[in-house]
Amino acid sequence: MYRYDEFDQDFVQARVAEFSDQVQRRLAGEITEDQFRPLRLMNGVYLQLHAYMLRIAVPYGTLNSQQLRMLGHIARKYDKGYGHFTTRQNIQFNWPALSDIPAILADLASVEMHAIQTSGNCIRNVTADHFAGAAADEVADPRPYAEILRQWSSVHPEFSFLPRKFKIAVTGAERDRAAIQTHDIGLHLKKNAAGELGFAVYVGGGQGRTPMVAKKIRDFLPEADLLSYCTAILRVYNLYGRRDNKYKARIKILVHETGVEEITRQIEAEWQELKDAELKLPEADIRAIDAYFAPPRLTARPEGDAAVKLARLDSKSFSEWLDQNVVTHRHPDYAAVTISLKGIGEVPGDASDSQMEAVADIAEKYAFDELRVSHEQNLILPHVARADLKAVYDALVDIGLATANSNLISDIISCPGLDYCALATARSIPVAQEISQRFASLERQREIGELKLKISGCINACGHHHVGHIGILGVEKKGAELYQVTLGGSADENTSVGEIIGRGFSSEEITDAIEQIVETYLGLRLDPSERFIDAYRRVGPAPFKEALYAGETKAA
Amino acid sequence: MKVLTANRLTDGIAVWYADGGWAETIANADLAHDKAAEDRLEAIGAAAFANNEVVDVNLIDVTVVDGVVEAVRLREKIRAAGPTIRGDLGKQAHPETIRA
Repeated sequence: MYRYDEFDQDFVQARVAEFSDQVQRRLAGEITEDQFRPLRLMNGVYLQLHAYMLRIAVPYGTLNSQQLRMLGHIARKYDKGYGHFTTRQNIQFNWPALSDIPAILADLASVEMHAIQTSGNCIRNVTADHFAGAAADEVADPRPYAEILRQWSSVHPEFSFLPRKFKIAVTGAERDRAAIQTHDIGLHLKKNAAGELGFAVYVGGGQGRTPMVAKKIRDFLPEADLLSYCTAILRVYNLYGRRDNKYKARIKILVHETGVEEITRQIEAEWQELKDAELKLPEADIRAIDAYFAPPRLTARPEGDAAVKLARLDSKSFSEWLDQNVVTHRHPDYAAVTISLKGIGEVPGDASDSQMEAVADIAEKYAFDELRVSHEQNLILPHVARADLKAVYDALVDIGLATANSNLISDIISCPGLDYCALATARSIPVAQEISQRFASLERQREIGELKLKISGCINACGHHHVGHIGILGVEKKGAELYQVTLGGSADENTSVGEIIGRGFSSEEITDAIEQIVETYLGLRLDPSERFIDAYRRVGPAPFKEALYAGETKAA
Repeated sequence: MKVLTANRLTDGIAVWYADGGWAETIANADLAHDKAAEDRLEAIGAAAFANNEVVDVNLIDVTVVDGVVEAVRLREKIRAAGPTIRGDLGKQAHPETIRA
């Protein structure tokens, strides 16, 4: 994985010193809250309902064991013994004292981590496929490009005061696991007919109160032009993006209001001015960054097949976990493992200090010291020898992280909601917990099959409800929580925004409503291979509306 | 009926104005029954903000149940107790403090 060079380390240390000084001056009353607020946000410090919140960047979701161990240490020493992994592949702590933040940032810098640009109207943490570098279906590892974008976008003077925040995602496979079409810029790494690497470029995706699917504005951009083209996009956005209304300030609104054809013309015109200048990436520089992401030396471990076969016979629960949480690796003797942070009835994305430390130990022992955070709020061991899968499973069982529910209905994305968030209008986590408990039976979950359920506690959509096969949006109505259901969203290579199915449900009704939707799907699917999303696309909302609201219509 | 609430500058912990200072619980917060009392609390909050003691200062609606102040909105109830999903965190983790 990428290691800081001298410049990176000096830069992060200098930022720690600068922000520590700003915190000290704030605590001494030398600067006002109005002066301090933008400074703290640039360093990932929010003020939430109960306390400050610190959001720490995990670039493209990649971590090593030492870093995860440090996050566990921070959870224990400065917070309340746990952290929350987010949909931007970051982690946030919910209870740090402002006076402790300089010490936390110094600890993070000691393991090449920071909280820079995890908030504010700038380019946020660039996300990537969580199986990058391991996936069997990948053209090339997208992370070197995410790292190039990170270096270019960090404290970029021209793009530090954008109309609004700006999110970029990169995937290196046809099957999109990075939700690139829901991003301000989505990059699909691919090869052209000549076998050269480049990107399909999508612009103007986003969620929030106005969900939009990104539009493809270029089918193939040579890799050398990555920074000049992104600069052209950002420049057009920075110039013409709205600053009069924060709800209309994202690039998706500019793309929508300008029209795809015209904005593409503007971007291409800007790019013509830039493409042959200093932003063109030299081949040697790209390959130098590539080298940081060279895969670990994966020695042949052919004994894995027999070991897995035997262990399957021995343990049904291991066998189920294997089916659900383990995916094919590009090396036949290896696999990529999803560590579910969605135990039945648990808080989605939360991990305790001791769990973080234990997972770090597992990664060190069995996974070449490499970990990923997925945007679906799970942890990933990207390279595990199949021969070691049973040992990894047993170690995960010991720390309560062996739930075999990856991609099933209890693998729920949920924002923190009103239990923590100052912007939320309703709670999300208790809804996720109740649904998870209702569908606790793994047998039943597997019978239902792949089902992406996502919950947000306000219209800002941090829980990605718009692109859930089933989405739940919590709002406040007449002083009570009300949950609106959308169906038919998805965040893959066929991204779609879910449709509101009808009137909302109270907190007492919502789990029954979800169960009703699931039962309706089971009743109408052609066969078990037809996933919920496929069935919904085939039949549309009518049968679900009928199941949920027919009684009301007749009564009325 | 309203009370004055904020978050403490140094650690961000939710506090309520009570008896001449900032308490960590809502239970005994100073009540404003009329506009004049609200104005008085607002002035106290503005001064405390200017003096860098607290941030995010707000007047919130409350009721009094069995002599104890309770927030009206769910958001403020959660601020006053802690996350509903973690009874071991926030003010609710120390009921003796809340009763005090």
